[in-house]
Amino acid sequence: MNSNGETIIEVNNLVRRFGDRAVLDDISFNVHRGETLVIMGGSGCGKSTMLRHMIGSMKPTSGSVKLFGEEITAMKEREVERVRLRFGMLFQSGALLASLTVGENVALPLLQHTNKSPDEIEQIVKAKLEMVGLTGFEDLKPDEISGGMKKRVGLARALALDPELLFSDEPTSGLDPIMTAVVDQLTMKLTQGSHMTAVVVSHDMTSAFRIATRMIMLGHGSIVAEGTPDEIRNSPNPEVQQFIHGQADGPIPLNVSQEEHKDHQHVRPRPFLGGRFRFHHKHP
Amino acid sequence: MKNYIQLNLNLLYWILIAPFTGQFFKIAPIFRQMVFIGVRAAPMVALTAFSIGVTLAMQAAHSLQSLGAEMYIPDLVMLTLLREMGPVLIAVIVIGRSGSAVAAELGTMKVSEEIEALEVMAINPVQYLVVPRFLAMLVMLPALTIFGNYIGVLGGWAVCTFALDFNTAGYILRALESADTWDLYSGMIKSVVFAWIIITVACNAGLNVEGGAEGVGQATTASVVQALLAMLVMNAVLTCIFFFAA
Repeated sequence: MNSNGETIIEVNNLVRRFGDRAVLDDISFNVHRGETLVIMGGSGCGKSTMLRHMIGSMKPTSGSVKLFGEEITAMKEREVERVRLRFGMLFQSGALLASLTVGENVALPLLQHTNKSPDEIEQIVKAKLEMVGLTGFEDLKPDEISGGMKKRVGLARALALDPELLFSDEPTSGLDPIMTAVVDQLTMKLTQGSHMTAVVVSHDMTSAFRIATRMIMLGHGSIVAEGTPDEIRNSPNPEVQQFIHGQADGPIPLNVSQEEHKDHQHVRPRPFLGGRFRFHHKHP
Repeated sequence: MKNYIQLNLNLLYWILIAPFTGQFFKIAPIFRQMVFIGVRAAPMVALTAFSIGVTLAMQAAHSLQSLGAEMYIPDLVMLTLLREMGPVLIAVIVIGRSGSAVAAELGTMKVSEEIEALEVMAINPVQYLVVPRFLAMLVMLPALTIFGNYIGVLGGWAVCTFALDFNTAGYILRALESADTWDLYSGMIKSVVFAWIIITVACNAGLNVEGGAEGVGQATTASVVQALLAMLVMNAVLTCIFFFAA
C-alpha cells in the first residue's frame, strides 16, 4: 500500500466542460507513492479525458492537477515536458512510431533524454523487452507484430527511463489471459519493488482487482465509488455491482445519446451518408 | 492560419534559438529526409526538366525560325529555365511527391496517437519531426532546381544539335552568354522560398489532422492545393520584385 504517504498526484475540483456538458464534474482524489490506482467506468464516462488531464495533454475548465507537487494545468509546454520526464505512459493502441523498429521505439526516450552510450542503450532496450516477454524482437517493425505485442512494446518504452509514475490506458485489452497475468505481475512488481506509482484505466475487472491497491469508479462525470478492491467489491452501490459483475440490467444507462457521444468524442455529428443522399419516390 | 503561424514561430525557435540553450537538433534524421525528399525525387525531376527543355527549344524554334532568329533559341531556353520554369516546375513536382507524402505521414502519426506519444515522452514533435523535414527541404529543393536546370538545358541542346543546325560549342556559348548570375540567383531565392512554403504547409496540414483516415486524405489534398496556390502567388510576387518593379 502507501509506502511513505508522499502524494504523487493531487486532483482537486477538476471540471472539464465540452459546450454545456460537464464530462468531468468536480473530481478530487489523491494518489500516493507506491499505490496502484485503477480508474474504471463505462464507455464514455470520462476515463480517458481524466487521464489526458493528468498527463497534461488537456487543460481543465477549472480545478487543479498537481503531479509531484507541481501544478501542471498552469504550466507552459516546456515546463510540462520537464514533468513528463518523470512519468511513462502506455497508450491503449501502444502508439509505437511505425517508422522505427521495436528496439528503436524503446530506445527513443533514452536517445532523446540521456547521454548513455549506444552499448548501454542496447542493453537497457534488451532488458526492458525481456521484462515484457519480447526478447529478440528488436529488429521488427511495429506492423510486423500483433496488437498485444505492440502494447507490450509500448509498456517497455514507457518503462525505458525507469519512471516514478506509470499511466496505463487499458493495458490488458487485447492480451491473452497469460500475457494479462504477466503484465499484471510486472505492474505489481514495479509498484512494490521500486516504489513506482501506477494509474491504470481499465475495463478488465479480473486484472483490475488483481493489481489495484485503490479503485475509483467514474460515472456521469463524477466519482461514483472509491476505495480498496475489497471495499469496491462489497460496495452497496448498485452501479458498482452492475459494472463489476458485467450485468446488462441495472442503473447504468445502456444508451448514450448522440449529444453525449459527440461531446465525448469531440467530433461533429455528421448526417447519414454525409447528407448527400436523398431517397426519392420514383415517378411513374 | 493561427496554427500555421505558430508552427513557423516554433520552427524558428528550434532552429535559431534552441541550439544556443543546449537543445541541438540531430543531424542524421536531416540526411534521411534529404534522401527521401531530394535524392529519390531526382529521376522524376530529370525526366520533367528534360521534356520541358526539349519543348521550350521546339517552341522557340517554331517562332524564331520564321523571324530568322533561331540563334536565340539557347537564350530563350536558358533564361526561361533559370528564372521561371526550373524553380516553379520542380516545386510543383516536389509538392506532388514529397509535400503530399509528408502531410500524409504526419497525419497518420497524428490519428494513430504517435504525436501524442511523442509529447508524453517529452519529445517536442516540431523539433523531432518538422525540423529535419524543413531543413532537408530547404537544402534539397534548390539543389534539385540546379540539377533540373542542367537537365533542361540538356534537353534544349538535344533539339538544337539533332534537329537544328547548332553545334555543341555554339549552343553552350550562346546559352552562357545570355544568362548572368542574377538569373541563377533569383531562381535559387525563389526555390528557397518555395521550399519554406511547401514543407510548412505540408507539416501544418499533417499535424492538424482530425477524424481518422478520411481526415488524413482531406489534409493531404488540402496541403497540395494550398501549397500550389501559395507557391504560384509567391512566384508572381517574387518575379515582380526581381524583374518588373526593380
